[in-house]
Amino acid sequence: MNNLTTYLAISAALFLLGVLAMMTRKSAVSVLMGVELVLNAGGLNFVAFSRFGNGSLNGQAAALFIMIIAAAEAAVALAIFLNLYRLKASAEVDKADTLQW
Amino acid sequence: MLGLALYILLAPLVAFTIVIFFGRKLPRGGDFISLFAIWSGLAASLYLFFTQMLGHYDPAFALSYRFDWVTWGTYKLNIGIAIDNMSMMMLVVVTLVSSLVHLFSVGYMKGDPKYHRFFSFLSFFSFSMIGLVLADNLLIIYAFWELVGLSSYLLIGFWHEKDSASNAAKKAFVTNRVGDAGMLIGMLICFTALGTLNLVELKDGVAQGHLAGGLLTAAGILLFMGAVGKSAQFPLHVWLPDAMEGPTPVSALIHAATMVAAGVYLVARLFPILTPDASLVIAYVGGFTAIFAATIAVAQNDIKRVLAYSTVSQLGYMVMALGTGAFTAGFFHLVTHAMFKACLFLGSGSIIFAMHHVLHNIHSHDDAQDMRNMGGLKKYMPVTFWTFLIATTALAGVPFTSGFLSKDAILGGTLAFAMEHPKHWLLPAFGFAAAGLTAFYMFRLVYLTFYGTFRKGSEAESHLHESPRVMTVPLIVLASLSIFFFYAAPAFNPTTPAGGWFATLFPTPENVTLASGRYVSPASSRLGDEAVEPTAEHASGTEALHSAHLEHLAHNWAMLISILVAGLGIWIATLAYYKWKIDPEKWRLRFGVAYRGMYNKWWCDEVYKATAINGTLGLSKGLAWFDGAILDGIVNGSATVTRLFSTVQGWFDNKVVDGLVNLTAMVVGFWAHFVRSFQTGQVQRYLLYTLAGVGIVIILVVI
Amino acid sequence: MGPLTIITFLPLVGAAVIALLPKESIKAVRWTALGTTAIVLLITLSLYPQFSPGLIGINDPASFQFVEKADWIPSLGVSYYVGVDGLSFPMILLTALLCFLCIPASYGIVKSVKGYFAMFLLLETGMMGAFVSLDFFLFYFFWEIMLLPMYFLIGIWGGPRRVYAAIKFFLYTLVGSVLMLIAILAFYFNVTDPATGQHTFNMLTMMNQENHSGILLINSVRSLLWFALFIGFAIKVPVFPFHTWLPDAHVEAPTAISVILAGVLLKMGTYGLLRISYPILPDLTRNFAWFLAMMGAINIIYGAFCAMAQKDLKKLVAYSSISHMGFVLLGMSALTSAGMNGAVMQMFNHGTITAMLFLLVGVIYDRAHHREINGFGGLANVMPRYLGITAVAFFASMGLPGLSGFISESMVFIGAFPVWRTLTIISILGIILTAAYLLWTLQRVFFGATNPKYEGIADINSRELFTLIPLAVIVIYLGVWPHPVMELMNTSMTYLGNLVSGSGL
Repeated sequence: MNNLTTYLAISAALFLLGVLAMMTRKSAVSVLMGVELVLNAGGLNFVAFSRFGNGSLNGQAAALFIMIIAAAEAAVALAIFLNLYRLKASAEVDKADTLQW
Repeated sequence: MLGLALYILLAPLVAFTIVIFFGRKLPRGGDFISLFAIWSGLAASLYLFFTQMLGHYDPAFALSYRFDWVTWGTYKLNIGIAIDNMSMMMLVVVTLVSSLVHLFSVGYMKGDPKYHRFFSFLSFFSFSMIGLVLADNLLIIYAFWELVGLSSYLLIGFWHEKDSASNAAKKAFVTNRVGDAGMLIGMLICFTALGTLNLVELKDGVAQGHLAGGLLTAAGILLFMGAVGKSAQFPLHVWLPDAMEGPTPVSALIHAATMVAAGVYLVARLFPILTPDASLVIAYVGGFTAIFAATIAVAQNDIKRVLAYSTVSQLGYMVMALGTGAFTAGFFHLVTHAMFKACLFLGSGSIIFAMHHVLHNIHSHDDAQDMRNMGGLKKYMPVTFWTFLIATTALAGVPFTSGFLSKDAILGGTLAFAMEHPKHWLLPAFGFAAAGLTAFYMFRLVYLTFYGTFRKGSEAESHLHESPRVMTVPLIVLASLSIFFFYAAPAFNPTTPAGGWFATLFPTPENVTLASGRYVSPASSRLGDEAVEPTAEHASGTEALHSAHLEHLAHNWAMLISILVAGLGIWIATLAYYKWKIDPEKWRLRFGVAYRGMYNKWWCDEVYKATAINGTLGLSKGLAWFDGAILDGIVNGSATVTRLFSTVQGWFDNKVVDGLVNLTAMVVGFWAHFVRSFQTGQVQRYLLYTLAGVGIVIILVVI
Repeated sequence: MGPLTIITFLPLVGAAVIALLPKESIKAVRWTALGTTAIVLLITLSLYPQFSPGLIGINDPASFQFVEKADWIPSLGVSYYVGVDGLSFPMILLTALLCFLCIPASYGIVKSVKGYFAMFLLLETGMMGAFVSLDFFLFYFFWEIMLLPMYFLIGIWGGPRRVYAAIKFFLYTLVGSVLMLIAILAFYFNVTDPATGQHTFNMLTMMNQENHSGILLINSVRSLLWFALFIGFAIKVPVFPFHTWLPDAHVEAPTAISVILAGVLLKMGTYGLLRISYPILPDLTRNFAWFLAMMGAINIIYGAFCAMAQKDLKKLVAYSSISHMGFVLLGMSALTSAGMNGAVMQMFNHGTITAMLFLLVGVIYDRAHHREINGFGGLANVMPRYLGITAVAFFASMGLPGLSGFISESMVFIGAFPVWRTLTIISILGIILTAAYLLWTLQRVFFGATNPKYEGIADINSRELFTLIPLAVIVIYLGVWPHPVMELMNTSMTYLGNLVSGSGL
């Protein structure tokens, strides 16, 4: 049970759940949560490969970076959502379609 | 000598210049300047004539002065004056008649508002005519020839307020131009072949055979065309009768005595180079003109028109004489005719002057020139009558007149020519018939005018009186010069000019075209004077003897016949218009078409109007239409076509070329439209596309 | 700076001065124009005694007179090269004289006087320049310069249909210019100057047949070039059937412009033929001389017939110009000494005579405000002085002896007859027609009863006499003693005739 495949499977499941959340949820905060899931799936992969790979710590460092970027990203995204809410009086992503055409 | 000649030439020119510019301000319109110029010219001419000609009696006398006028390339065209017997004789004739006409005009033109202009024109004419006589060169003859034409134009149209006068002037000039064009071509032929237009050099050139045969004949006939125009020969005679619209002194000077004789003078000058064929043409033209004009003169009622046609007829005589080789006779007739015809015209002027006065006083607008309004003038105008009668007898060819001498010489020459060449019998026939008609119509004129009773009633008759002396003196001078006496010295033979000074001074010049030997000389012109026999060397001895005999015979017969026909003409005229035994009306009807032909001048004017004039005008209208409609139409059409083309091209540019550009844009736009529909702006949709793309890539990679 | 440059560009300076003057000072404008043209005339006349008539010119660079030469566009072989010979000198005299006389004749102009005189002086520069140019490029340059002021002078100061006439004139002559330009380029690229080895626009170099190379050696190309030049010049002459711009332009143009148009511009065409076509393509000229003669005869007869049918006095004079220019063509086609001299003499004489005729038409138009020949009648008694001077002009026009037209027409006939016999005879018939239509006109205008409308019409005034008397004096003087002008051209024209008729290929 303690092998690479298990971690990758969990990571894949996380990724799929995240994507599903991004695609289906209307609320921007939910979408953001989906994004976090996807990022964490990625982080998990890095750690798993680091642990079962050639033994270097590079993967774990990358996972740390991902966590920090995710935090920064969440901050920026929340700021955008706040502005979106101010503009449209809602935070639903399909309302934000002014970038079409 | 040359100085005097130059003086005679230039004095009238100076007079013309002064009078035309300052005449209005001078007393008497400056007429004395013109008179002085021409009278001093007459004095100089007479001086020349008596000292040089009668003094020396030299038939070959000639003097000339030339200078270079125009230079082209290395060729120098020289012009100048030449004095020989002929030109001196002409000088005397021209200055004499001109002086007398000047004098006459002082009376005749009195009170005319354009008095000074009349005299300036007269001076200008005298200048041109003298220049024509003195010219040594065909080009200069042509130049003065045109200038006399110009003065004739100016003087015929002198009373240009009348349409008939300005029409007549124009007609005269244009008709003459037709002849002149021919003359010009003839000159060009001569110049091309001989490289000169000097009369003497021309003769030498022809004698050397540089110009011969058909070309020389053509040149002769073409040069003669000038004479046809100027001397009013058929078919260009139509202008002369109309020219009578001018003041009567002008008719006397220009259209009877001098200018119209210029054509004859030209033919006489050209006599040495006229080929036999050309001479024959000339003879026939002259002969036909003589009879043709005489028939017309018979039926005219206007006194000046009768005289005009008579002039045409007499000029025909002269031309015929020159054509048949009777050189001396032709030139002689020119001189005598100038005197008596000038007298007749001035006489008619005197009559018209009186008639004008009468008609003016009775407030009638009848024609002062119509003989049917006259009659019985003899009583009131004795001087006019007697001078007129003398001139008439001269014209009719009554013995002891100058006309008898010269006309007989012509008829004799023509008859001799016909005896030698019997197939040309028509020429003397024309001559004798015309002589009879001349006698008839002249006496008809005299009877209608001077005899019987005045046809305007006795009230009008009281206004009739003789013309002033300034007008009668010229008549007397000219009438005296119509007597044989002056021309017959020193032989004083009233039957033939032979033995007189004239025949001695003017022998027939040698015809240099005879050198070819083809031509049988008529040898008729020597008037029986054996002393002057320059052509004899071309004929062998017996032939010469034969022709001399023939000539003598011809002369005697001609005299007999001409006295007979003239007598007959006078007799018929007397019966018809003096004794009224023959009713002219009846004969008029009896002649029918012939009379109407004669009365209407054989419809020459009508025929010319229908053909030449209307043809030219029609052609000019047609060409102008062609120019405006077709040629300009093509030009404007090309502009229109260009505009049409540009319109089409503009459409093409707008629709097709620009359409292609727009089509490209449209295609791009269509696809852009299609593609942009994917850009919904919804993040989740994009994510879907991404996933789909990744899916497709995975599938592609896996498969 | 030589005299030719001065007479060419002085009018331009005058035009510039006029352009600087205030619009209101009409008098100053007139005086400037008069002064400029007067100085040009005086300089030109002062050249007369200096001109040596014995020098040939034509194709010999050494014997041109008053020559000035300077590089203009050296890379293209274009130079400012001017000079005169017996052909161009009489034309310069004519131009200077007519331009001077036309200034007082233009004093009746009221519309934008400043522009008018400036244009007029520019026109003089163009004409002078074209006559003195010995460089083909320079010639073309001046040739086009003439066109522009003419267009405006007709188009602005003309009669009711002026725009139509001006455009017609401009386009028509431009067609000719284009054809000439083609010929110029063909010559340029196939002629090399042996001294420099470069292509050149120098006419005299082009005249030397040895310098010809390339397509200029092909006979058919040479023929095409000859015809291109011929049409270019024929439009200017104008030769039938390229003449229809002329009557329109004349009728619409103001009097002085008609004078210049007929007096000088028409000469440009025959001058061009003699200056360019004749010496550059002598063999072709000889081959097509019959064609020139035929066109001449057609011009004479056709012009005379058309003139006879005209109702407008000015149109009549315009057609008579066409007829008289036919004499020039006929004379120069003969290539004989008499013909060549007669042609140039006729150019000069026609310039003076036709100038008189147009000035005279202007005189009557100023008074009656129409030109209908049949609308006058009986003016002889009201305007005797006008009649006198008109008679001089008319009789000169019909070639009456004692007036200058006679000399040149006779010489043309004498020169042409040995070469073109039939055509000359046909042309001689033209003198009958000329007499007929001119006398008919004289009669309709002057004779008969006085038209009551014109009872009180004023006779010719002294300003008009000032323009006409000098011309009348010249016409009479040259008619009696043609030597002063004849001697100028004799050497050159005789040489040119021999050059062309003797050239072999």
